[in-house]
Amino acid sequence: MEIVIALVIGSLTGSGVYLVLRARTFPVVVGLTLLSYGVNLFLFATGRLLTGAQPILGSTDQYTDPLPQALVLTAIVIGFAMTAFVVVLALRAQIDNSDDHVDGKTNTSESQEPGDEHS
Amino acid sequence: MTLALVVFLPFFGALLAPLFAQAGRTAIAIASSVPAVVALSALFPLWGDLAAGHVLVQTHSWLPSLGLSLSFRLDGLSLLFALLILIIGILIIIYARYYLKPGENIGKFYGLLLMFMGAMLGIVMSSNLLLMLVFWELTSLISFLLISFWNHKQDARRGARMALAVTGGGGLALLAGVLLIGHIVGSFELDAIFAAGDTVRDSTLYQVVLTLVLLGAFTKSAQFPFHFWLPHAMQAPTPVSAYLHSATMVKAGVFLLARLYPVLAGTDQWFYMVSFTGMVTLLLGAYIALFKHDMKGLLAYSTVSNLGLITLLFGMNTDLAAIAAVFHVINHATFKASLFMAAGIIDHETGTRDMRKINGLWQFMPHTATLAMVAAASMAGVPLLNGFLSKEMFFAESLEIALPGVWAYLPPLIATLAGAFAVAYSARFVHDVFFNGKPIDLPIYPPNEPPRYMKIPVEILVVACVMVGIFPTFSIGPLLNSAAAATLAGPVPDFKLAIIHGLNLPLLMSFLAFFGGLLMYTQRQKFFDFHARFREIDEKAVFEAAVVRIVNLSRHFIRGLENGSLQRYGLLLLVTAEVVALWPILNLGASVGSAGLSPIDVPTAVGGLILILCAVMAAVMHRERLYSLLLLSVVGLMVSLTFARFSAPDLALTQLSVEVVTIVLLMLALYYLPSWTPLETRRRRRWRDLLVALAAGGGMTLITLAILTHPGDSISRFYVDNSKLLAGGNNIVNVILVDFRGFDTLGEITVLAIAALGIFAMLRQVRLTPPPGDGQGNTWTRDAHPTMLKEIARPLLPLALMVSAYILLRGHNLPGGGFIAGLITGVALILQYIANGIEWTQQRMPVRYQPMIALGVLTAALTGAGSIAYGYPFLTSSFGHFSLPLIGEFELASAMVFDIGVYLTVVGATMLTLVSLGHLSLKINADTEGT
Repeated sequence: MEIVIALVIGSLTGSGVYLVLRARTFPVVVGLTLLSYGVNLFLFATGRLLTGAQPILGSTDQYTDPLPQALVLTAIVIGFAMTAFVVVLALRAQIDNSDDHVDGKTNTSESQEPGDEHS
Repeated sequence: MTLALVVFLPFFGALLAPLFAQAGRTAIAIASSVPAVVALSALFPLWGDLAAGHVLVQTHSWLPSLGLSLSFRLDGLSLLFALLILIIGILIIIYARYYLKPGENIGKFYGLLLMFMGAMLGIVMSSNLLLMLVFWELTSLISFLLISFWNHKQDARRGARMALAVTGGGGLALLAGVLLIGHIVGSFELDAIFAAGDTVRDSTLYQVVLTLVLLGAFTKSAQFPFHFWLPHAMQAPTPVSAYLHSATMVKAGVFLLARLYPVLAGTDQWFYMVSFTGMVTLLLGAYIALFKHDMKGLLAYSTVSNLGLITLLFGMNTDLAAIAAVFHVINHATFKASLFMAAGIIDHETGTRDMRKINGLWQFMPHTATLAMVAAASMAGVPLLNGFLSKEMFFAESLEIALPGVWAYLPPLIATLAGAFAVAYSARFVHDVFFNGKPIDLPIYPPNEPPRYMKIPVEILVVACVMVGIFPTFSIGPLLNSAAAATLAGPVPDFKLAIIHGLNLPLLMSFLAFFGGLLMYTQRQKFFDFHARFREIDEKAVFEAAVVRIVNLSRHFIRGLENGSLQRYGLLLLVTAEVVALWPILNLGASVGSAGLSPIDVPTAVGGLILILCAVMAAVMHRERLYSLLLLSVVGLMVSLTFARFSAPDLALTQLSVEVVTIVLLMLALYYLPSWTPLETRRRRRWRDLLVALAAGGGMTLITLAILTHPGDSISRFYVDNSKLLAGGNNIVNVILVDFRGFDTLGEITVLAIAALGIFAMLRQVRLTPPPGDGQGNTWTRDAHPTMLKEIARPLLPLALMVSAYILLRGHNLPGGGFIAGLITGVALILQYIANGIEWTQQRMPVRYQPMIALGVLTAALTGAGSIAYGYPFLTSSFGHFSLPLIGEFELASAMVFDIGVYLTVVGATMLTLVSLGHLSLKINADTEGT
């Protein structure tokens, strides 16, 4: 079970990182969301993976660690606020620059390098 | 108190003096001299104590934790310097009254001058090395402002910058040295440091301390190879030069040598570093001075040379040499200040300082000429003047240096040679300026004697030169004795201040130097020709070029790192994080820890597989934005199932509702953004990003595995034990949120509120034309509000609201709470907007969400503040059990009110965000209808 969760977190992080490194705003927002899923799951997993041990007094004999859950709960909501803010920022940048490149305009120094081919 | 007052009086004066600027130059000069005179008269009554050998220390604590105290001391050495600073300062104030022209910014000038005076007094009277350092840096800063007083001149600005760079850099070295001394001794107070002299000298850090402190002293006192800033500082107005470069600024360095003499001197390292630096500076300065055509340039290099002489004397490591050094400090200050002032008078009256033009001024200003000639004779070391006395002592001491073998002849030889150069440049100053034919092309012709009072400061100083020269024991003896005692921090050896000590070797050296120097001057053309064969280095150009090089280098560096591309920054950040994490991950060894793995069950494995596939596909298909978004929503759903699977019902509920809101939001945004991402990065770059992503993913996998398989203790025991006991709730997660960690939650809903308001602000003024289609040839559907959806959504609203109310109220004991209930309400409301359109919904539900957010945050905050009213800390909650007929017993907790605040904020923030986005199209519809 631990291996499954570790692989899940790893693939969420990897996909998130790859998308965060893209040049356009929308994939970056998707990447950030994936990354925050990964981080939330990771934080949650530090409380160990128990089944049927919800931290509600009187419901079971054994309780899983409630603290990471409390942290992650607020992290989810804050993560939503951040995603919303970033996506609106991206929208605003698109409106102001008529371009959705993360650097504000498509032709940055990177793509002006000699020998650079646009495929 | 007295001593602190003496130091701070000039600073007060600096605040007040500029107020007199309107009243004219005389008024401001008088106003400026008042603090100096008061400070001077405050020092006089203390003389009796000092002469008896007492040391006055007055300490006020300032920052005791850093060892920094406002601690001032008055001993012979600081008194001597304080007198020089104050007396010459007053003379400069008078002199500047006539030197400055009426239109100049006299308020700034006198303010800075007084501040400088205060800073210098601070250096010499500090009894705490850190405090001294504060004043030390102040003098560097204020001298920068004084040198660049005529800041319209480029040369002045550059000279000032150079002085600041060199002395400021030295100040940093000194700071390090002082901190090390404090580290060795355990205190920054001078008394403690003096007592620990042996400890410092025996310390392994001694060499480092010495080097750092000497760097500070040598940069300030313009010792080779840092001498170059001083001649360029001559761009300052002459009163500033006269003050800074005779009695104050440059003397701070030699003062430091004297102050720390009992602590640092007496070792071989001290001898070699200090005396050789002094010797080179002495000779070099005297040599260059001869070739300067600018009067102030000549005096500047002469100052460099004299400072070298003082340094050399301190470096000799003998008591008598140290006394001679202190003596020469006084003598140099008097004759050099008067010479600078005389040069300023000549500049003032002729309009130039070029000695090739200024000739034969004796006919025009015999009075000034006489004064300048006496001072110059003192500089040359002519008998019956003060310069002669200290130079004789210097010659005598140079014979005492015990260097091995034939090297023993070196110091006397260099001393005599430097003496001869001094005579030669003094002769040039006198002969070239006052005799040597007629003036050539003077900008102001004929020159006149300056105003009567402008000469008074010069006269006073020249009289002092003569008095000390003829009656040394009577005039300066006691003060010198007291200063020597303080410098040596021990008994003063017998020394005689006599005009002539009899026919001996030093006298012969003086004789040789005098006639050698005159001969040199008569043969000066040969020297000039010789010197002209060398290309003269313009230090300023070298310095400026170095500055430009450094600036270019750093600009290049910054451009390389910071090219304005967020994409690049993101990459750098991630790669840095990976590099930092690499070592700990490698150190983990086997990732699977002692706790081992638990068995994999089929549902979990299938769910995990779906999650991984969708996450990877979301990245792979990212150019098809809608598909990517749909895959993202599946990932979110699977994450919430994972939470549910592993005993986190609260998280599952939250994640589920957030997921809905997020996807709706991203869909709305995608409506305005291109639906398709162009492929624009190079193949190599994509591979590189893939590598970075794989490293991140792999690293996280290993870390997670390691954490999950190692046994670990949790701090959560407390919450499990006390949730019911202290907060009266069974749902521990909710209790943590609204009670134990309520303050965090309050911060979090505030962030949420700010984000929502920020989104509202960003979109408020925006006008946007919606794209006609999705960018791939498909047009939008005409059926904006499908009937089925409309009909089902409407009756759903009251049901959803009831569920969310239930979830909110039960949150304390069962999965639920403000966050989840708020999100459920949000989802229910959004459904109405989607199904019926924004106009329809708003007509029936005219709620403004900004006040709702404010109400929510306020409710939460006030609930917290309520506990203060009952004398408990902020956000202490209370609960009780009540019973009502029919309903039976139930529980009420103040944390519930707090949760309602959370609920309101979440609903408000979610709705404000989405409605702001939704309004974009509404505005356009309204616009198009209007036109």
